[in-house]
Amino acid sequence: MKQAPAHVPATAGAVPAAAALALGDDALVLSHRLAEWAGNAPVLEEEVALTNIALDLLGQARFLLSLVGDEDELAYLREERAFRNVQLVEQPNGDFAHTIARQLFFSTYQELLFGRLAAGDGPFAPLAGKAVKEVTYHRDHAEHWTLRLGDGTEESHRRMQTALDALWRYTGELFEPVEGLEVDVTALRDAWLTLITKTVRQATLELPTGPQAGAWTAGAGRQGLHTEPFGRMIAEMQHLHRSHPGASW
Amino acid sequence: MTTMAPDTESYEAVFDAAVAADERIEPRDWMPDAYRASLVRQIAQHAHSEIIGMQPEANWITRAPSLRRKAILMAKVQDEAGHGLYLYSAAETLGTGRDELLDKLHSGRQKYSSIFNYPTLTWADVGAIGWLVDGAAITNQVPLCRCSYGPYARAMVRVCKEESFHQRQGYELLLTLSRGTEAQHAMAQDAVDRWWWPSLMMFGPPDDESAHSAQSMAWKIKRHSNDELRQRFVDICVPQAESLGLTLPDPDLRWNEERGHHDFGPIDWAEFHAVLRGNGPCNDQRINRRRQAHEDGAWVREAAAAYAGKHRDTQGEARA
Repeated sequence: MKQAPAHVPATAGAVPAAAALALGDDALVLSHRLAEWAGNAPVLEEEVALTNIALDLLGQARFLLSLVGDEDELAYLREERAFRNVQLVEQPNGDFAHTIARQLFFSTYQELLFGRLAAGDGPFAPLAGKAVKEVTYHRDHAEHWTLRLGDGTEESHRRMQTALDALWRYTGELFEPVEGLEVDVTALRDAWLTLITKTVRQATLELPTGPQAGAWTAGAGRQGLHTEPFGRMIAEMQHLHRSHPGASW
Repeated sequence: MTTMAPDTESYEAVFDAAVAADERIEPRDWMPDAYRASLVRQIAQHAHSEIIGMQPEANWITRAPSLRRKAILMAKVQDEAGHGLYLYSAAETLGTGRDELLDKLHSGRQKYSSIFNYPTLTWADVGAIGWLVDGAAITNQVPLCRCSYGPYARAMVRVCKEESFHQRQGYELLLTLSRGTEAQHAMAQDAVDRWWWPSLMMFGPPDDESAHSAQSMAWKIKRHSNDELRQRFVDICVPQAESLGLTLPDPDLRWNEERGHHDFGPIDWAEFHAVLRGNGPCNDQRINRRRQAHEDGAWVREAAAAYAGKHRDTQGEARA
């Protein structure tokens, strides 16, 4: 079978490949993390909801990666340093509050981004137009759970606050420029912060006060610099595919 | 039956007449206590099987070898959670609660299908489960679409549609492997070898040992005996195995012209009973994982309840 692409072309047709990979990898990796919940969710309704979100994201990933090349080659044959997703989406599920905090931060970003992309006439407009409806549901789901957990019991409040604080350092990277993307993601930060602040306050929680980036996290995922759990995640994801070179599935 | 109330006898006559006329019994209708108990047992066990059945397949979601297969498998596991939800709702129409049923599953007082106590060791097992396990489930469940209890019958119509779809996908997965590389073909054959006999056990004990069968058939909860359905399944699978280019692990399997059916070898009932008693390969693992998920989720459910309590007046029930 084909070798892993040594590098990705700057544009695949009219599509800026780096941007398609960045957005595609975000969706691919978060979908994988959410799918790890299957069979472990706190209630049956959440088995359905989390898988539903994971499936939407996988659909987005397949569309975006296919713009760049063969979806399976890109998902299964790239090594860790070639993935372009933000570090936020690769963070382990943790408890349900961590999963919800990650989802709230990311879906809010994705809804703003896809809203802007859908309004334009760039190469991502058709995808964004369809996906923005999905993402609105994802954000709504995360927002409702943030409210329930934040304004639920003492324990759920504590856990939700811990999760927001723990993941806060990975949110700065969402607003690093993405090569080839027509929307300036840096400019989404204010709108994002307003939405997150509103939800967090309504949930009787505090907006985290720490920096939005660790020593080297800002922009790192987009450069292929990831956190340690990510290597393990893709080892699991890729092992079967890599064990049978050239096979079709 | 005893004469518990002055008019129980007439209620019972109405019930018997409705069953005899193939009419549906609905939640508000009078029904014998034993009929109610038997349905709760069967529907709950069915719901539990959907929920436990997510585990062997979810075991491969994170390792699915292509994005297309991954999407199909995730959709399937999601459907199973949905089937569990329909079935718990159907059971609830009989006056029991989902929490109570889950509690009985977690404490081992209610069972789930023995098949899910077998491990998924390779990717091909996902295909074998789709083809054989879902195939056996459909053979069992299609007659339940005509079951005398309305809510159960209606749930089965929806479940069977989705299961048929999963079964075809499982078959197609195995076909791809069977026609793939030598290693893939061997993987498919090995999976079928491991899942064939456990699938035949899904139809339950032989007719002369089936405790609930006669009464369930009289009540038209069941329409066919275990052995009838098992035979039907074998007859369906043999030509499908041939089309797949795979063999079934039974040296005694052959067409019997006289009976118009396939003869097949003896089932290892000792293994079946061992698995039912809790001594199968994954019984402990499956139930512990389910209990763990439930325990780990307790604080989430408590939070949702507390939040709903606080905000009942200001907004409608928040969407889950």
